[in-house]
Amino acid sequence: MTRTRLRTGATVVMAFVLCGLLLFPLYWMVNVSLTKPRDLARVPPHLFPVDPTFDGYRLALDKNLGSLSTSLLIGLGTVVLTLLIALPAAYGMSKLRAPGTGAVLFMFLLAQMIPSVVLVTALFALYKQLGLLTSYAGLMLADSTASVPFAIILLQAFMRTIPDEILESARIDGAGRIRTFLSIVLPLSRNAVVTAALFAFLFAWGDFLNARTLTTGNEIVPITLALFRFVGAEVTNWNAVMASAVLASIPGAFLLVFAQRYVAAGVTTGAVKD
Amino acid sequence: MTSAITRAAGPAAGEWDDASRAAARRRAARRSKLAAIGFIAPVVAYIAVFFVYPIVRTGQLSLQDYTFQSYFSGEADYIGLENYASIFGRPALSTVVRNTVLFTAVSLLFQFAIGLALAVFFSRRFPLSAVFRGLILVPWLLPVIVSATTWRWMLYKDSGLLNTVLGTDIAWLSDPAWSLWGVILANIWLGIPFNMVLLYGGIQAIPENLYEAAALDGAGAWRRFRHITWPLLRPVTAVTLLLGLIYTIKAFDIVWVITKGGPVDSSQTLATWSYKLSFEGGTEQSLSLGATVATLLFVVALVFGLIYVRSARKEVTG
Repeated sequence: MTRTRLRTGATVVMAFVLCGLLLFPLYWMVNVSLTKPRDLARVPPHLFPVDPTFDGYRLALDKNLGSLSTSLLIGLGTVVLTLLIALPAAYGMSKLRAPGTGAVLFMFLLAQMIPSVVLVTALFALYKQLGLLTSYAGLMLADSTASVPFAIILLQAFMRTIPDEILESARIDGAGRIRTFLSIVLPLSRNAVVTAALFAFLFAWGDFLNARTLTTGNEIVPITLALFRFVGAEVTNWNAVMASAVLASIPGAFLLVFAQRYVAAGVTTGAVKD
Repeated sequence: MTSAITRAAGPAAGEWDDASRAAARRRAARRSKLAAIGFIAPVVAYIAVFFVYPIVRTGQLSLQDYTFQSYFSGEADYIGLENYASIFGRPALSTVVRNTVLFTAVSLLFQFAIGLALAVFFSRRFPLSAVFRGLILVPWLLPVIVSATTWRWMLYKDSGLLNTVLGTDIAWLSDPAWSLWGVILANIWLGIPFNMVLLYGGIQAIPENLYEAAALDGAGAWRRFRHITWPLLRPVTAVTLLLGLIYTIKAFDIVWVITKGGPVDSSQTLATWSYKLSFEGGTEQSLSLGATVATLLFVVALVFGLIYVRSARKEVTG
């Protein structure tokens, strides 16, 4: 009995160590964000924030607060756009036996193989013609190319599990297809919808290539782009750079703590992130 | 939309002859089909604009001469395969291809091996296992830029942590002999959660009683892994490696933030090279040259993509 207990204890300790090793770079990010500039060049560096300062966060917020709200706006817009496209399509594919369902799923499978640099090159040329460069709409549409395939694959797989009898009885009660969709399929798919929305937000929040390519100037600067420019501009205040990185990590950390259930559901859907 | 009018409030069935009944059935079937098309049409249009068009347009751009002036005018002439000739004539090409192969192969090998080891470890049952597994996912949920920025700081020669830990004195960011390895190191770290999650899922699907039977027969941990886990995990292994390969070969953010492909293309991959040719070449930049490299990259990714689709289907159908 005590031997198994001891073994279990050793396993937990080992898991803790492995986890610590893997997450160490992120700990280091937090540590540097709290370090005073004069301690940044210390060799060897302090392993703990012995003399912490919040100056980095003050400077980071001062410079990048606007970018955080820009990213929030783009993220929310991408979520709405993604759901508007994906929800009806998933319903049509899973429950109405729409023609071409197989072809659409196959296209989305292949869409994951398209390098983002291919998409962004063509979108740059297209947006140039349409005057969509440096626009919120253009950026949200470009960001949705990552989340729409993910959302449709997830949602239609979930909707398939809704028994046809439920929809049938709604139709007998006189509900049309749109009514059935809105008042039965959507509420039943709530968990899958939340997962799709959360990941659409995360993808948009983490986008860098679209923002870098499809915007110019200082009008629309999401947090990822702000962080990148900050790295180039700051030589001395790396604590502020790391503080900005910590701020950019908030949504991901938030999800892990408060929505782990949904994260797990999304991860097992095939991990469609590049 | 047509779906609201599908309720048939027609006359009683007996009043109809067979022909009109069949016609009504056909009409209902057509209406129902139209409704289904109505739901799926927006996404078909979306695929056309955001996936099919970009591929065609990028291919088209690779046959044009989109010069520095074209960035302002939007006009470009067709020049046949000149861009391809230009790309294949560049000495940088062999460096970039070699970098891409090394970056992809080495990243993949270590991500997979470490991911597999972690997946096997976490498939034991012990308290807090779920919490630890959740925590390991964190790097996967953060913007790549965040991780890349952190690694950039750790790779600095003088104040960077990596040299302190390893006891080395390597200029990871500015020495052409080491820059690619710095980026690979960061990318291995980035890909571990992805590999672990997929492989962990695969291990969970292996029937428990196989291990119990093997343990009764006196098989140790290594032999259980070698003769049960590894062979039964093969389909998942194939999918994990192929997906990992496709994602790694097109990785952009991690390389760009840490080294921008430099110094002098020493860590340039096909993805970053394409971007550099399109957008970071000053007056020399040409969307057409970038598109040419992007098209080549797409073809490579597509080949592996089709292999993936085939093996994924085989796994589903058994």
